[in-house]
Amino acid sequence: MCTTCGCGQTDSTIKIVEINTPSVKFQSGKTVLQIEQDILGKNNLYAEKNREFFQKNHILAINLVSSPGSGKTAILEQTLQYMKGRIPCFVIEGDQQTCNDADRIAVTGAPVIQINTGKGCHLEANMVHHALEKLQPVEHSIVFIENVGNLVCPAMFDLGEGARVVMVSVTEGDDKPLKYPDMFHSSQLCIINKMDLLPYVDFDVEKVKEYARRVSHITEFIEISAKTGKGMSQWYQWLKTH
Amino acid sequence: MHELSIISHIVEIATTEAQKVGMNRVEAIELEIGELAGIEFSALDFAWEVGVSQSVLENAECLIHRVAGKAKCGHCGKVFDMQVLFDPCPECGSYENTVIKGKELVIKTLTFTTT
Repeated sequence: MCTTCGCGQTDSTIKIVEINTPSVKFQSGKTVLQIEQDILGKNNLYAEKNREFFQKNHILAINLVSSPGSGKTAILEQTLQYMKGRIPCFVIEGDQQTCNDADRIAVTGAPVIQINTGKGCHLEANMVHHALEKLQPVEHSIVFIENVGNLVCPAMFDLGEGARVVMVSVTEGDDKPLKYPDMFHSSQLCIINKMDLLPYVDFDVEKVKEYARRVSHITEFIEISAKTGKGMSQWYQWLKTH
Repeated sequence: MHELSIISHIVEIATTEAQKVGMNRVEAIELEIGELAGIEFSALDFAWEVGVSQSVLENAECLIHRVAGKAKCGHCGKVFDMQVLFDPCPECGSYENTVIKGKELVIKTLTFTTT
Protein backbone atom coordinates (compact mmCIF):
# COMPACT_ATOMS: atom_id res chain seq x y z
CA MET A 1 0.00 0.00 0.00
CA CYS A 2 1.14 3.51 -0.74
CA THR A 3 2.41 5.11 2.48
CA THR A 4 1.93 8.67 1.25
CA CYS A 5 -1.85 8.68 0.96
CA GLY A 6 -2.89 5.15 1.92
CA CYS A 7 -4.16 4.29 -1.57
CA GLY A 8 -3.71 0.80 -2.94
CA GLN A 9 -1.36 1.86 -5.70
CA THR A 10 1.83 -0.17 -5.81
CA ASP A 11 3.28 1.01 -9.11
CA SER A 12 6.76 2.36 -8.64
CA THR A 13 8.56 4.70 -10.95
CA ILE A 14 11.87 3.98 -9.24
CA LYS A 15 13.49 0.70 -8.35
CA ILE A 16 15.03 0.23 -4.95
CA VAL A 17 17.60 -2.46 -4.29
CA GLU A 18 19.70 -3.37 -1.29
CA ILE A 19 23.35 -2.44 -1.51
CA ASN A 20 25.78 -5.15 -2.69
CA THR A 21 23.28 -6.55 -5.19
CA PRO A 22 24.77 -6.63 -8.71
CA SER A 23 24.51 -3.34 -10.55
CA VAL A 24 22.67 -2.99 -13.82
CA LYS A 25 24.37 -4.70 -16.72
CA PHE A 26 25.19 -2.19 -19.41
CA GLN A 27 25.08 -3.16 -23.05
CA SER A 28 27.24 -1.93 -25.86
CA GLY A 29 26.33 1.39 -27.41
CA LYS A 30 25.88 2.91 -23.99
CA THR A 31 28.11 5.19 -22.01
CA VAL A 32 28.18 4.95 -18.26
CA LEU A 33 29.48 7.98 -16.41
CA GLN A 34 30.75 7.20 -12.92
CA ILE A 35 30.09 10.63 -11.43
CA GLU A 36 29.96 9.83 -7.67
CA GLN A 37 28.51 13.24 -6.85
CA ASP A 38 27.01 14.26 -3.53
CA ILE A 39 23.40 15.22 -4.27
CA LEU A 40 23.63 18.04 -1.73
CA GLY A 41 27.11 19.03 -2.95
CA LYS A 42 26.03 22.47 -4.16
CA ASN A 43 24.16 23.20 -0.94
CA ASN A 44 27.16 22.09 1.09
CA LEU A 45 29.48 24.26 -0.98
CA TYR A 46 27.37 27.34 -0.21
CA ALA A 47 27.14 26.26 3.42
CA GLU A 48 30.94 26.17 3.62
CA LYS A 49 31.15 29.64 2.03
CA ASN A 50 28.69 30.93 4.64
CA ARG A 51 30.58 29.22 7.45
CA GLU A 52 33.88 30.75 6.29
CA PHE A 53 32.25 34.20 6.19
CA PHE A 54 30.85 33.77 9.72
CA GLN A 55 34.15 32.54 11.13
CA LYS A 56 36.24 35.21 9.44
CA ASN A 57 33.97 37.93 10.85
CA HIS A 58 33.52 36.32 14.29
CA ILE A 59 29.78 36.06 13.74
CA LEU A 60 27.64 33.60 15.69
CA ALA A 61 25.08 32.17 13.24
CA ILE A 62 22.08 30.39 14.74
CA ASN A 63 19.78 28.20 12.65
CA LEU A 64 16.51 28.24 14.59
CA VAL A 65 14.22 25.31 13.75
CA SER A 66 10.87 24.09 15.07
CA SER A 67 7.30 23.20 14.12
CA PRO A 68 5.12 26.12 13.05
CA GLY A 69 3.82 27.97 16.11
CA SER A 70 6.44 26.90 18.68
CA GLY A 71 7.38 30.54 19.24
CA LYS A 72 10.54 31.11 17.20
CA THR A 73 9.57 34.65 16.24
CA ALA A 74 8.38 35.47 19.78
CA ILE A 75 11.72 34.40 21.25
CA LEU A 76 13.58 36.38 18.62
CA GLU A 77 11.55 39.52 19.42
CA GLN A 78 12.46 39.23 23.12
CA THR A 79 16.09 38.42 22.35
CA LEU A 80 16.51 41.34 19.95
CA GLN A 81 15.06 43.78 22.49
CA TYR A 82 17.50 42.50 25.12
CA MET A 83 20.53 42.56 22.80
CA LYS A 84 19.93 46.20 21.80
CA GLY A 85 23.06 48.13 22.76
CA ARG A 86 24.81 44.91 23.80
CA ILE A 87 25.51 42.77 20.70
CA PRO A 88 24.51 43.76 17.12
CA CYS A 89 21.98 41.28 15.74
CA PHE A 90 20.79 40.51 12.21
CA VAL A 91 17.88 38.31 11.17
CA ILE A 92 17.05 36.15 8.15
CA GLU A 93 13.41 35.05 8.14
CA GLY A 94 12.29 32.00 6.18
CA ASP A 95 8.61 31.41 5.41
CA GLN A 96 6.72 30.04 2.46
CA GLN A 97 4.69 33.24 2.13
CA THR A 98 4.19 36.71 3.66
CA CYS A 99 6.52 39.20 5.32
CA ASN A 100 4.64 39.00 8.63
CA ASP A 101 7.59 37.71 10.62
CA ALA A 102 10.02 40.20 9.11
CA ASP A 103 7.58 43.00 9.96
CA ARG A 104 7.48 41.84 13.59
CA ILE A 105 11.28 41.67 13.73
CA ALA A 106 11.66 45.09 12.05
CA VAL A 107 9.79 46.67 14.98
CA THR A 108 12.72 45.75 17.25
CA GLY A 109 15.04 47.78 15.01
CA ALA A 110 17.18 44.81 13.97
CA PRO A 111 18.08 44.59 10.25
CA VAL A 112 16.05 41.77 8.73
CA ILE A 113 15.66 40.03 5.38
CA GLN A 114 12.63 37.92 4.56
CA ILE A 115 13.07 34.91 2.28
CA ASN A 116 9.86 33.50 0.83
CA THR A 117 10.48 29.94 -0.26
CA GLY A 118 7.18 29.69 -2.18
CA LYS A 119 6.46 25.98 -2.42
CA GLY A 120 9.76 25.18 -0.68
CA CYS A 121 9.57 23.70 2.82
CA HIS A 122 13.03 24.71 4.08
CA LEU A 123 15.85 27.21 3.61
CA GLU A 124 18.89 26.22 1.56
CA ALA A 125 22.43 27.51 1.92
CA ASN A 126 22.43 29.52 -1.33
CA MET A 127 19.33 31.46 -0.17
CA VAL A 128 21.12 32.36 3.04
CA HIS A 129 24.25 33.26 1.05
CA HIS A 130 22.35 35.78 -1.08
CA ALA A 131 20.49 37.13 1.95
CA LEU A 132 23.84 37.73 3.68
CA GLU A 133 25.06 39.76 0.69
CA LYS A 134 22.13 42.12 1.20
CA LEU A 135 22.08 42.03 4.99
CA GLN A 136 25.83 42.68 5.42
CA PRO A 137 26.16 41.69 9.09
CA VAL A 138 29.02 43.38 10.95
CA GLU A 139 31.90 41.70 12.80
CA HIS A 140 31.25 40.23 16.26
CA SER A 141 27.50 40.10 15.69
CA ILE A 142 24.82 37.41 15.88
CA VAL A 143 22.89 36.30 12.79
CA PHE A 144 19.64 34.53 13.60
CA ILE A 145 18.27 32.42 10.76
CA GLU A 146 14.64 31.55 11.48
CA ASN A 147 13.99 28.53 9.30
CA VAL A 148 10.62 27.59 7.82
CA GLY A 149 8.40 26.09 10.56
CA ASN A 150 8.87 22.40 9.83
CA LEU A 151 10.52 19.67 11.89
CA VAL A 152 11.36 17.46 8.92
CA CYS A 153 12.80 19.08 5.82
CA PRO A 154 15.21 21.73 7.23
CA ALA A 155 17.16 18.94 8.99
CA MET A 156 18.90 17.89 5.78
CA PHE A 157 20.17 21.29 4.73
CA ASP A 158 23.33 22.69 6.28
CA LEU A 159 23.19 26.50 6.07
CA GLY A 160 26.73 27.04 7.36
CA GLU A 161 25.44 27.94 10.81
CA GLY A 162 27.60 27.81 13.93
CA ALA A 163 24.83 26.14 15.92
CA ARG A 164 21.46 24.61 15.23
CA VAL A 165 18.87 25.28 17.90
CA VAL A 166 15.68 23.21 17.92
CA MET A 167 12.60 24.52 19.73
CA VAL A 168 9.65 22.63 21.06
CA SER A 169 6.73 24.09 23.03
CA VAL A 170 4.80 22.42 25.84
CA THR A 171 1.58 22.60 23.81
CA GLU A 172 3.09 20.01 21.46
CA GLY A 173 3.64 16.31 22.20
CA ASP A 174 6.61 15.39 24.41
CA ASP A 175 7.49 12.59 21.96
CA LYS A 176 8.55 15.08 19.24
CA PRO A 177 12.24 14.01 19.40
CA LEU A 178 11.31 10.40 18.57
CA LYS A 179 8.83 11.39 15.88
CA TYR A 180 11.28 13.77 14.19
CA PRO A 181 14.68 12.31 15.12
CA ASP A 182 16.71 13.86 12.27
CA MET A 183 16.08 17.39 13.47
CA PHE A 184 16.97 16.66 17.08
CA HIS A 185 19.96 14.59 16.01
CA SER A 186 21.50 17.51 14.16
CA SER A 187 20.84 20.17 16.85
CA GLN A 188 23.17 21.36 19.60
CA LEU A 189 20.60 22.98 21.86
CA CYS A 190 16.93 22.30 22.59
CA ILE A 191 14.74 25.16 23.85
CA ILE A 192 11.49 24.22 25.55
CA ASN A 193 9.11 27.17 25.18
CA LYS A 194 5.71 28.21 26.61
CA MET A 195 6.68 26.92 30.07
CA ASP A 196 4.03 29.27 31.53
CA LEU A 197 1.39 26.93 30.04
CA LEU A 198 2.85 23.77 31.62
CA PRO A 199 0.21 23.52 34.43
CA TYR A 200 -2.55 23.32 31.82
CA VAL A 201 -1.18 20.66 29.47
CA ASP A 202 -0.09 17.01 29.61
CA PHE A 203 3.53 17.64 28.70
CA ASP A 204 6.31 15.84 30.55
CA VAL A 205 9.47 17.99 30.47
CA GLU A 206 11.71 15.19 31.71
CA LYS A 207 10.34 12.84 29.07
CA VAL A 208 11.08 15.21 26.17
CA LYS A 209 14.63 15.58 27.47
CA GLU A 210 15.07 11.84 27.81
CA TYR A 211 13.81 11.27 24.27
CA ALA A 212 16.03 14.02 22.87
CA ARG A 213 19.06 12.47 24.61
CA ARG A 214 18.28 9.14 22.99
CA VAL A 215 18.42 10.75 19.57
CA SER A 216 21.40 12.98 20.26
CA HIS A 217 23.68 12.86 23.31
CA ILE A 218 24.92 16.41 22.71
CA THR A 219 21.64 18.23 23.18
CA GLU A 220 21.54 20.89 25.91
CA PHE A 221 18.20 22.18 27.23
CA ILE A 222 16.86 25.57 28.23
CA GLU A 223 13.31 25.95 29.58
CA ILE A 224 11.77 29.31 28.81
CA SER A 225 8.63 31.34 28.39
CA ALA A 226 8.93 34.00 25.71
CA LYS A 227 5.72 35.49 27.08
CA THR A 228 6.72 35.94 30.74
CA GLY A 229 10.48 36.13 30.13
CA LYS A 230 11.20 33.23 32.49
CA GLY A 231 14.42 31.40 31.58
CA MET A 232 15.38 33.94 28.91
CA SER A 233 18.51 34.98 30.85
CA GLN A 234 19.83 31.43 30.49
CA TRP A 235 19.34 31.67 26.73
CA TYR A 236 21.14 35.03 26.60
CA GLN A 237 23.98 33.51 28.61
CA TRP A 238 24.16 30.59 26.18
CA LEU A 239 24.41 33.04 23.25
CA LYS A 240 27.17 35.02 24.96
CA THR A 241 29.28 31.93 25.59
CA HIS A 242 28.98 30.60 22.04
CA MET B 1 8.25 17.12 1.29
CA HIS B 2 11.95 17.83 0.79
CA GLU B 3 12.21 14.81 -1.51
CA LEU B 4 11.01 17.02 -4.39
CA SER B 5 13.85 19.48 -3.79
CA ILE B 6 16.28 16.56 -3.52
CA ILE B 7 15.04 15.48 -6.96
CA SER B 8 15.56 18.99 -8.32
CA HIS B 9 19.18 18.85 -7.08
CA ILE B 10 19.55 15.49 -8.86
CA VAL B 11 18.09 16.98 -12.07
CA GLU B 12 20.49 19.93 -11.87
CA ILE B 13 23.55 17.68 -11.54
CA ALA B 14 22.35 15.29 -14.28
CA THR B 15 21.67 18.24 -16.64
CA THR B 16 25.16 19.67 -16.08
CA GLU B 17 26.82 16.28 -16.61
CA ALA B 18 24.72 15.54 -19.72
CA GLN B 19 25.66 18.89 -21.24
CA LYS B 20 29.35 18.15 -20.65
CA VAL B 21 29.12 15.04 -22.85
CA GLY B 22 26.75 16.63 -25.36
CA MET B 23 23.70 14.54 -24.43
CA ASN B 24 20.13 15.66 -23.87
CA ARG B 25 18.68 12.49 -22.45
CA VAL B 26 19.76 10.20 -19.61
CA GLU B 27 18.77 6.59 -20.02
CA ALA B 28 19.47 5.42 -16.47
CA ILE B 29 20.60 6.88 -13.19
CA GLU B 30 22.01 5.05 -10.19
CA LEU B 31 21.73 6.59 -6.74
CA GLU B 32 23.09 5.56 -3.38
CA ILE B 33 20.88 6.62 -0.48
CA GLY B 34 21.42 5.78 3.16
CA GLU B 35 18.51 4.70 5.30
CA LEU B 36 19.46 7.33 7.89
CA ALA B 37 19.84 10.15 5.34
CA GLY B 38 16.39 11.57 6.07
CA ILE B 39 14.83 10.45 2.81
CA GLU B 40 11.44 8.79 2.76
CA PHE B 41 11.75 6.34 -0.10
CA SER B 42 8.02 6.20 -0.79
CA ALA B 43 7.87 10.01 -0.97
CA LEU B 44 10.85 10.04 -3.35
CA ASP B 45 9.08 7.49 -5.53
CA PHE B 46 5.86 9.50 -5.39
CA ALA B 47 7.58 12.74 -6.43
CA TRP B 48 10.02 11.32 -8.98
CA GLU B 49 7.84 11.41 -12.08
CA VAL B 50 6.75 15.01 -11.52
CA GLY B 51 10.23 16.08 -10.38
CA VAL B 52 12.02 14.83 -13.50
CA SER B 53 9.37 15.73 -16.10
CA GLN B 54 10.65 17.82 -19.02
CA SER B 55 14.24 17.32 -17.90
CA VAL B 56 17.11 15.12 -19.13
CA LEU B 57 15.90 12.52 -16.62
CA GLU B 58 12.38 12.19 -17.99
CA ASN B 59 11.67 8.48 -18.56
CA ALA B 60 15.12 7.54 -17.24
CA GLU B 61 15.39 4.31 -15.29
CA CYS B 62 16.20 5.09 -11.69
CA LEU B 63 18.01 2.52 -9.60
CA ILE B 64 18.56 3.21 -5.92
CA HIS B 65 21.06 1.34 -3.79
CA ARG B 66 19.86 1.54 -0.20
CA VAL B 67 22.62 1.63 2.37
CA ALA B 68 21.72 0.19 5.76
CA GLY B 69 22.53 2.29 8.81
CA LYS B 70 25.48 1.43 11.05
CA ALA B 71 26.58 3.12 14.25
CA LYS B 72 29.44 2.90 16.70
CA CYS B 73 28.72 2.98 20.42
CA GLY B 74 30.53 5.80 22.19
CA HIS B 75 30.48 3.82 25.41
CA CYS B 76 31.66 0.29 24.58
CA GLY B 77 32.80 0.75 20.98
CA LYS B 78 30.50 -1.86 19.46
CA VAL B 79 29.57 -1.36 15.81
CA PHE B 80 25.94 -2.29 15.22
CA ASP B 81 23.09 -2.06 12.70
CA MET B 82 20.99 1.06 13.24
CA GLN B 83 17.46 1.26 11.87
CA VAL B 84 16.48 4.53 13.56
CA LEU B 85 18.60 7.25 15.15
CA PHE B 86 17.41 6.38 18.67
CA ASP B 87 18.37 2.70 18.57
CA PRO B 88 20.43 1.91 21.68
CA CYS B 89 23.66 -0.10 21.56
CA PRO B 90 22.61 -3.79 21.71
CA GLU B 91 25.67 -4.56 23.86
CA CYS B 92 25.48 -1.97 26.66
CA GLY B 93 22.21 -0.09 26.03
CA SER B 94 23.92 3.31 25.55
CA TYR B 95 22.39 5.99 23.33
CA GLU B 96 25.75 7.72 22.85
CA ASN B 97 26.20 6.45 19.34
CA THR B 98 27.81 7.88 16.24
CA VAL B 99 26.37 7.08 12.82
CA ILE B 100 29.12 5.64 10.61
CA LYS B 101 27.01 4.46 7.65
CA GLY B 102 23.57 5.24 6.24
CA LYS B 103 23.82 9.00 5.61
CA GLU B 104 24.83 8.60 1.94
CA LEU B 105 23.12 10.75 -0.68
CA VAL B 106 25.08 10.23 -3.89
CA ILE B 107 24.60 10.00 -7.65
CA LYS B 108 26.75 7.03 -8.63
CA THR B 109 26.32 6.77 -12.39
CA LEU B 110 24.52 8.22 -15.36
CA THR B 111 23.97 6.08 -18.47
CA PHE B 112 23.54 7.52 -21.96
CA THR B 113 22.72 5.79 -25.22
CA THR B 114 25.45 6.63 -27.68
CA THR B 115 24.31 4.82 -30.80
